[in-house]
Amino acid sequence: MIAAGLDPIAQFEIHKLLELSIGKYDISFTNSSLMMVVAVLSISLWLLLSSKKSLVPGRAQSIAEISYEFVADMVKSAAGKEGLKFFPFVFTLFIFILFANLLGMIPFFFTTTSHIIVTFTLAMMVMSLVIGYGVFKNGFRFLKLFWPSGIPMAILPFVSILEIISFVSRPISLSVRLWANMFAGHILLKLFAGFSIMMITGLGFFPGALGAIIPYAMTLALTPLEFLVAFVQAYVFALLTCVYLSDALHPGHH
Amino acid sequence: MLNAITLIGLYLAPTGSKNVPGGEHIEETPFPPFDPTYFPSQIFWLLVSFFILYFLLSKIFLPKLSWAIEERSAKISDDIENAERMQRLAQDAETSYTESLALARTKSNRVAETTRQAVDAELKLEMDAENKKASIKAKAAEDHIKSIRNNAMKNLEIVASDVAQTAVESLTGSKVKIAEVKKAIKEG
Repeated sequence: MIAAGLDPIAQFEIHKLLELSIGKYDISFTNSSLMMVVAVLSISLWLLLSSKKSLVPGRAQSIAEISYEFVADMVKSAAGKEGLKFFPFVFTLFIFILFANLLGMIPFFFTTTSHIIVTFTLAMMVMSLVIGYGVFKNGFRFLKLFWPSGIPMAILPFVSILEIISFVSRPISLSVRLWANMFAGHILLKLFAGFSIMMITGLGFFPGALGAIIPYAMTLALTPLEFLVAFVQAYVFALLTCVYLSDALHPGHH
Repeated sequence: MLNAITLIGLYLAPTGSKNVPGGEHIEETPFPPFDPTYFPSQIFWLLVSFFILYFLLSKIFLPKLSWAIEERSAKISDDIENAERMQRLAQDAETSYTESLALARTKSNRVAETTRQAVDAELKLEMDAENKKASIKAKAAEDHIKSIRNNAMKNLEIVASDVAQTAVESLTGSKVKIAEVKKAIKEG
């Protein structure tokens, strides 16, 4: 029983809360879906409470405005002024991932971003936007992305192959980076926290509590680190999205 | 470091699932983050929630936020402009005030000067008139005194000759004419 409760993988298991299906696809409402809905609801609630349009902003409004300007600056610096048409998309992406990561930090909450399929879907959304908009705006010239200018003809095919490989690996690196960080962080927390409990249950209170000090201190130290990782990974995901969108806006401008 | 931990996690996953009670079947339960059973459900709910959020943000919340931010910066720049204009007005008022003050001061100085001169002239005029009057009176008084003295001298002569005639008559018994006496007094 205790061993099962301390299993660091158990926290990633999905349970059906409501059976649903479309055709042969099982789209049951699960604990993962619930956390996505919770993320959307909490973001909406936060922004609802912070949009009183007051001249002197309150606390929630300040945070909302700081986030707005933070993401707007990020889009502007990475993709230029034209990139601002993607601002709502990047903001949604950033805030959704951030909330999903942070909600996962609450004990017993499910972390949606610790599933590779979720992060991969997000990454594919970004890539399809990049390709779709890039082709729509530049047409055939979008392929200049793989044929950079200002490079000697002799090595151009080689560079081109590298560019194609780097482009194809983008969704993988984007999704694996976020997934692995969240997944590993949660395993680490669970391992050290479970270790201190095992010390006490296994060795009794007196020697066990002494042995539990080190893993407990590790848990304590890792928690703020994981909050930082939750923020940094959302930031990195949004920033890389901006960089990729910049490719769609200006292909051949490496 | 995190990657190493991921590997530990991957390593631990099958051992964990073997411990599940009632798991007599050798077939291992799949590693949850890679379990394809829930892929359609995950993708479906992610897309649904993401696009609901995207719609809410892009249509409602972000325009509101940008409105608030722009409104504030516009208000601030307006207020600064107003304040600058007010300051300019105040400075203008101050300079005009000092100017008018200086003007008033010179004017009042001039008025005081002219008044003083007028008063001086009037005073002089009056004093001259009074002086003239006084000197006329003094002259009249002097003449009066002179005439009085002359009369007195005349009377004295008469009295002296009378006294001398009487004295000579009583001493010698001879009558002396007044004219002789007078002559004798004059000769000493």
